Amino acid sequence: MSQHGFQADARKRKRDRADKRFKFYGLAAITFALAFLLFFFVDIIGKGLPAFQQAEIKVNVHYSEATMNNYNKAVDRQYKTLVSKTWLRLVPNQMRDNPELMGTDREEWVLAENRVDQFLKGNEGHRLKAKYQTVINQMLEDGTVRLVFNTGFFTKGDSKLPENAGILASAIGSILVLLLTMLFAVPVGVMTAIYLEEFAPDNKLTQIIEVNINNLAAIPSILYGLLGLAIFINFMGVPRSSALVGGLTLALMTLPVIIIATRAALRAVPDSIREAAYGLGASSLQVVWHHVLPLAMPGILTGSIIGLAQAMGETAPLLIVGMMAYIPEAPGSIFEATTVLPAQIYTWSSESLRAFEERTAAGIMVLLAVLLSLNAVAVKFRNRSENTW
Amino acid sequence: MIYSDLFFWLFGGLIPLAITAFMVARSRALGSEKDGSRLHSLPGYYGWYAVIWLALPAMLSGLVFSAAHLFGLFTIPAPMLLATMFTIGAAGLWYGLRHINVEFRAREKVEKVATALLIAAASISILTTLGIVLSVVFESVRFFQVISFWDFITGTKWEPDTAFLIGAGRDTAGMTPPAFGAVPIFAGTFMITAIALLVAVPVGLFSAIYMSEYASHAARGRLKPMLEILAGIPTVVYGFFAAITISPLVVKAAHALGLEADYTNALAPGLIMGVMIIPFVSSLSDDVITAVPQGLRDGSLALGTTKAETIRHIVLPAALPGIVAAFLLATSRAIGETMIVVMAAGLRPNLTANPLEGITTVTVKIVEALTGDQEFDSAFTQSAFALGFVLLLITLMLNIVSSIVVRKFKQRYE
Repeated sequence: MSQHGFQADARKRKRDRADKRFKFYGLAAITFALAFLLFFFVDIIGKGLPAFQQAEIKVNVHYSEATMNNYNKAVDRQYKTLVSKTWLRLVPNQMRDNPELMGTDREEWVLAENRVDQFLKGNEGHRLKAKYQTVINQMLEDGTVRLVFNTGFFTKGDSKLPENAGILASAIGSILVLLLTMLFAVPVGVMTAIYLEEFAPDNKLTQIIEVNINNLAAIPSILYGLLGLAIFINFMGVPRSSALVGGLTLALMTLPVIIIATRAALRAVPDSIREAAYGLGASSLQVVWHHVLPLAMPGILTGSIIGLAQAMGETAPLLIVGMMAYIPEAPGSIFEATTVLPAQIYTWSSESLRAFEERTAAGIMVLLAVLLSLNAVAVKFRNRSENTW
Repeated sequence: MIYSDLFFWLFGGLIPLAITAFMVARSRALGSEKDGSRLHSLPGYYGWYAVIWLALPAMLSGLVFSAAHLFGLFTIPAPMLLATMFTIGAAGLWYGLRHINVEFRAREKVEKVATALLIAAASISILTTLGIVLSVVFESVRFFQVISFWDFITGTKWEPDTAFLIGAGRDTAGMTPPAFGAVPIFAGTFMITAIALLVAVPVGLFSAIYMSEYASHAARGRLKPMLEILAGIPTVVYGFFAAITISPLVVKAAHALGLEADYTNALAPGLIMGVMIIPFVSSLSDDVITAVPQGLRDGSLALGTTKAETIRHIVLPAALPGIVAAFLLATSRAIGETMIVVMAAGLRPNLTANPLEGITTVTVKIVEALTGDQEFDSAFTQSAFALGFVLLLITLMLNIVSSIVVRKFKQRYE
């Protein structure tokens, strides 16, 4: 083999190596992203899973006259700091509701304090004093302390005491806000898209609207919060923190997403359908209403679901319109102060108690489960309806 | 009467009325059909015509009264408002019903109103933009009447605490005036954005190259949705993850290297923000890379280049405008991102080049100024709108430039 051929071979090998390297970079990039995703889910689930269990302890509850006047007397002294304050405080109420309890002593499983809960779960930062640790260890041997499924997490609202804090109020708030967003954004978005795609003359105004919608889709969400604060709250007098102001703000934010998706769906309907309908004497509105819209429906639904899922996870604009208030009870109307799931996650994450951290992560798990299933539904819809005309 | 009652009576009253109007008008139209003559439109259109005459005047009068109330012209009590609206609605209905006869072209009228409704819906997007611009500009102007624009964009000290006292009328003689120098805040935003782009651009671009040039069709179908999960995770969740998991890791890593790091360092939120915008970079780049004509690749490969050389020298230069647009959009995302920095970055403005120190950003300052219990009229809360104004300008510019670049790219290959 000639000298030249040898050199060429060496160069070819070098180029091939470069070729392999390049492919490897691509693979590495994807692996990085997916590895992050895995790490993220493992971390969040690892942090949040313990919150689905809650410690209870079995104590002798004294329903006596003394308890009626001072709820601290309901349990023996050494258990006073081990049971949850929220339970203790309600004992007199319970006695008022059930007079037959008076004068009895009953063994009951009651909600434990969060430090006991954290100690049982083996968390480092449990802050349970050493003398109580021995008490709990003794109770563990006696079987008078246990971890049970945390139903309170799903049936209670926010609370300053972590063992009593749940997501119900914020979940209801989220549903209310989302319903309002949907009621406003979906019809307006679909109507806008229909106008632009089927009716709008090709003039300057239409072009301005189109450019404008594309810009709106890319404006940072927090600016929608400023809009909500300045226009809805300060100018129109919509009550601050209410589901109404949150829903309206999110609706404006979701609008461009729905418009863009709907336009794409309408564009995918072939003109032959429209021409056939016109040929049978339908008016232009009848063509759209009876023929184009039903065919574009799956695409419109997909876009709407994706837009609403995005709105459901949004926090920043809602903070600006005041939806991070402390809300222990589910709101009764769309004009009352409300919080939403992401805002609840935000407020819990800024609490210092260790027990709130696992609740934050558990709230995140619930939110992610809802969002991922919404997105999965949207993708299923899209795949099933992918019509090739 | 409170709001909720008003709404209840309005819709509770209007909907049954509308249904009745529809029925009455429809049967009236059918009744006017005599032998030999047929209705011009389908009977339902006459019903809709009546509903429009009922609802439109009622709604319009309601709007006029609300506008008058908002602008402080006059206010009428809610029961009277309701009564007026229903009266006007009923009058409209009576007027509309008179028109109904065999020859009346109800469909045309109804369709005209429907088209007008569509136009009204389309104009809401314009109103939204107008609302954003106005709300930001209006408060910013008031802010810049007190603080000079020049000091705002060139000052390096952000000490707004005393503005709050002045706003409350409790200013004293020896007090230092508040300083609103936004340079450290913008510097913080740009540092976090730069870190995010350092993560997102290489990872996103190489992922896009792999998916569009190397991966099989099936693999691509599975990888793409998985990457898109990253964009679907709420930012508040990323914020929690950055603050609770990544920040301590960064601090530990810095210690291992003998460096000092704050828990509010810029690196943790920057890295996580970078991961969040990977899908933005990758999906847009993926689109443009796929849009590069196959002929260019075939020509290059036929000349004996390797696949990597073809991608580097032919495909990427051809797709460059699209990639630049993706880069610009990712930048605009990162600049406007709020929750990650609110939860993981600091509150103290800090002019530094060290990503391990605590820094703050524009969005953090906006949230801080508007979520407290401060009086709304102090320069401190108005500063949030001034910052929002700058944020709006920057992101709009980035979006417009990127859309121009994309349009140019599309024109080249379509």
